[in-house]
Amino acid sequence: MSGHAAEPFAKLPVGPKPPLRRFHQARWDEPIIFEQSRPGQRGIAVPGPGAPAVELPDSVRRAAPPALPEMSQLHVLRHYVRLSQESLGVDLNVDVGQGTCTMKYSPKVNDSFARAVAELHPLQHPDTLQGVLEIYWRLERMLAEVSGMARVSLQPGSGSAAIYANIAMIRAYHAARGDERRDQVITTMFSHPSNAACAKTAGYEVITLMPDADGYPDIEALRAAVGPRTAALLITNPEDTGIFNPRIAEFVELVHQAGGLACYDQANANGILGITRARDAGFDLCHFNLHKTFSTPHACGGPAAGACGVSEALAEFLPGPVVAEEDGRFSLVTPPHSIGKIRPFLGVTPNVVRAYAWIMTLGAEGLRQVAETAALNNNYLMHKVLRIPGASAPWDRRRIEQVRYSWQELSEETGVHSEEIGVRASDFGVHYWTSHHPYLVPEPFTLEPTESYSKEDLDEYAAILAHVASEARTDPELVKGAPYNSPIHKIDPTPLDDPRQWAPTWRAYVRKHLA
Amino acid sequence: MTHPYIPNAEPGVRAEMLAAIGAASVEDFYADIPPELRLDRPLDLPEPFVAEHDLVRHMRSLLGRDTGTDEALSFLGHGCYPHHVPAVCDEVNSRGEFLTAYAGEPYEDHGRFQALFEYVSMMAELLEMDVVNVPTYDGFQAAGTALRMACRHTGRAKVLVSGAVAADKLSKLRDFLSPDIEIVQAPVDSGGEMGEVVLDDTFAAIYLETPNVYGVVETRGRELAELAHAHGALLVVSADPISLGVLAPPAAYGADIACGDIQSLGVHQNHGGGQAGYIATHDDELVAQFPSRLFGIAPTTVPGEYGFGDVFYERTSFALREEGKEWVGTAAALWGITAGVYLALMGPQGMREVGETILARTRYAMDALAGAGLRVLHDGAVHFREFAVELNDAADAAALLDRLRAQGIYGGVPLDDRTILVCVTERHSIADIDRLAAAVASARRADDEGGRR
Repeated sequence: MSGHAAEPFAKLPVGPKPPLRRFHQARWDEPIIFEQSRPGQRGIAVPGPGAPAVELPDSVRRAAPPALPEMSQLHVLRHYVRLSQESLGVDLNVDVGQGTCTMKYSPKVNDSFARAVAELHPLQHPDTLQGVLEIYWRLERMLAEVSGMARVSLQPGSGSAAIYANIAMIRAYHAARGDERRDQVITTMFSHPSNAACAKTAGYEVITLMPDADGYPDIEALRAAVGPRTAALLITNPEDTGIFNPRIAEFVELVHQAGGLACYDQANANGILGITRARDAGFDLCHFNLHKTFSTPHACGGPAAGACGVSEALAEFLPGPVVAEEDGRFSLVTPPHSIGKIRPFLGVTPNVVRAYAWIMTLGAEGLRQVAETAALNNNYLMHKVLRIPGASAPWDRRRIEQVRYSWQELSEETGVHSEEIGVRASDFGVHYWTSHHPYLVPEPFTLEPTESYSKEDLDEYAAILAHVASEARTDPELVKGAPYNSPIHKIDPTPLDDPRQWAPTWRAYVRKHLA
Repeated sequence: MTHPYIPNAEPGVRAEMLAAIGAASVEDFYADIPPELRLDRPLDLPEPFVAEHDLVRHMRSLLGRDTGTDEALSFLGHGCYPHHVPAVCDEVNSRGEFLTAYAGEPYEDHGRFQALFEYVSMMAELLEMDVVNVPTYDGFQAAGTALRMACRHTGRAKVLVSGAVAADKLSKLRDFLSPDIEIVQAPVDSGGEMGEVVLDDTFAAIYLETPNVYGVVETRGRELAELAHAHGALLVVSADPISLGVLAPPAAYGADIACGDIQSLGVHQNHGGGQAGYIATHDDELVAQFPSRLFGIAPTTVPGEYGFGDVFYERTSFALREEGKEWVGTAAALWGITAGVYLALMGPQGMREVGETILARTRYAMDALAGAGLRVLHDGAVHFREFAVELNDAADAAALLDRLRAQGIYGGVPLDDRTILVCVTERHSIADIDRLAAAVASARRADDEGGRR
């Protein structure tokens, strides 16, 4: 028997439900794996050689065994299952809080197709790979149609790698024309940091355009920046603010007139699928993130996959090889002036297969439904969020797929910062991200609901934010003291930036702090 | 029909939400997109398979046209390796909490941070270095970035790269380093190792691979480290971590940066999609040169409790855009977690045993193919997992591989018209190797009888 005699159990049905979900993440106090080691135990047995041992010269033989943990199989498994329970993925939460990243449902059936390529080797004879090569070929064509581009490469290992590949092609294009003066790349402040960083890595000087008073990239600043040194414009549209630049074709034209190329970062394509296309605005190159727009799982930060789309004029520079088709047979060919390899082999095939399957279950009408619903969900969520006292979104205009909001008013009033609101939100079982640096929008947060979430999900997320905002007013210390329902308590970040104290591995920790 | 993946496409809820917003239709949200940029027709895409069953049938019909290495006897390697993947690696790798997580903060994704911290920590033990990054895309990228790190650190713009590097990898290095860094290639000596090295004070690094593209284990690491250091340069070594249970880690002979690919550690071949790169250094000034994320351990308000966070975040392009070190984005983190599971399962003993098994079977296969009449290149060197065989006729390699394939054997990767790279791992039994040797001997007899030579 349980319960107190004076407190009888409630009768079913219990209701109404609490206004906010009662949540507590698994808290296992799980020791670091090295702390669980017991010498002599092992997790898996290995086949014996069955052939004479090879004598190694001392110069190449390992002197002492590596200090890896020694654990039985169940204990390794249990450790990782516990750690998995201490992580929130799309499968668990209303994952609209990671704006710019398009967190959406990754269909389970597509994972089963990804597993079907697990035992393929990329260098098998093409006769034994006709199925997977056909999937590459078909997906390349589908993404060409979605972007309007002539050719697509699926080789890059991520969106940023695709940005880099595009820049490498831009460099090769100008070099092939003997146009060596072009050493500048123009980008905008609300494009992903990788646009600027990839251009710099490829040897370019980076010019960053700031937004104008209306939140659009400043066209006058572009006019001032563009010239004979312009290699390319790298731009996201809609930008990470969710605002679509209506003069985008004019931007492209200005750059073309100066002899530069225009490259479209389509990380934010989810809200415009089937509605507007990169090539139709005049772009020469574009990229997609298969793990954002085309639903392959984000996997803790990869494996990701990227796709580069290019106009006919740039097709000869694509990373090689690409898939060719003749009479229904698929083979690999390397474009004549290929920039070479961006990644080993043909790309992240499990994700190529998943993205293909995702498009094949939606079709043209489905992709448009994805875009429209992403925009509907975003504007609905914006409508809810802007009713929370203290929340705002700079630039009063419609958004496409996400919004960069601000808690500036709430923060000035209460002293509670955006980051603290995010930590408190985790107590209710959702993820919330501030934004990329620099914080041009003060006390920012960026929400992107995508098409995967229901109205009830969005209501729940907005209710959590409203609740935390009201807590910030009534009990700011409560918010600042969060988290309370997480596996761990508040972290002291100072050792992470101090070379004498930081410990990027257990080995460093033991040496610096336990010795 | 409301698509199963799009709940709010249902007309009732759509109308309800539009009414709440005060919008006439979804068209309102696209007001900023000018008419001339609007696609005025549906995308030209194939008819969809909305029903999951129909999709499964379609995908099976396509994927059924492949014949994987699990349906043949495969000796293919050359950068993508058929090692055994323990079932527990697959189990952890496919957990939805990990598979669908992304950029969560340390509080809601504590487990992800710990799993990645443990992965880098186990790699650090294998490598005997204190700093290891959260995986970058692949071993190609790791090598390119390691060399850029060396150039940034030394302020020099020239690197000496081993000639025994795969052509594709060299292609990546050429593209990635080309704007400002010169690559000088070192010759390969008759034993298959890096040949004579001429260095001066303009070089930032010597880049060595072991095992190299021919499967040869380099033995002069110490000498090369001393030579590099004498000229103020660094030694960068790419090593396959699965070899390090038996082979000395690069740090043991003086390497400053270790790098490579972790696909061999519990990740399936995935048609080449299972690659993930590691970069490691000592805990010194080189830490400032990492572009990728480094996760560190930190205290919390509760004594004895571990938390995690980014180490030295201000290095990264996330913080500094073009002023960061290269770029950082989504790369291959889940393969890192998976490799951590593999290392934890194997432990020191398993890593030693798998290394010894591979060494012994590689040598057995070299002898068996020599017995079948092929010339084994660099026969006197220690080989790990791979070796090259040479045929007499220029057009021989493709013909021999065709004959083997007809018998269900993927005999190796052709490096050129007459050289084949053969890969042997712990998955290949002695009987498998004998079968390859017999098939080779038989194919060559058939060629002889056919009067081709």
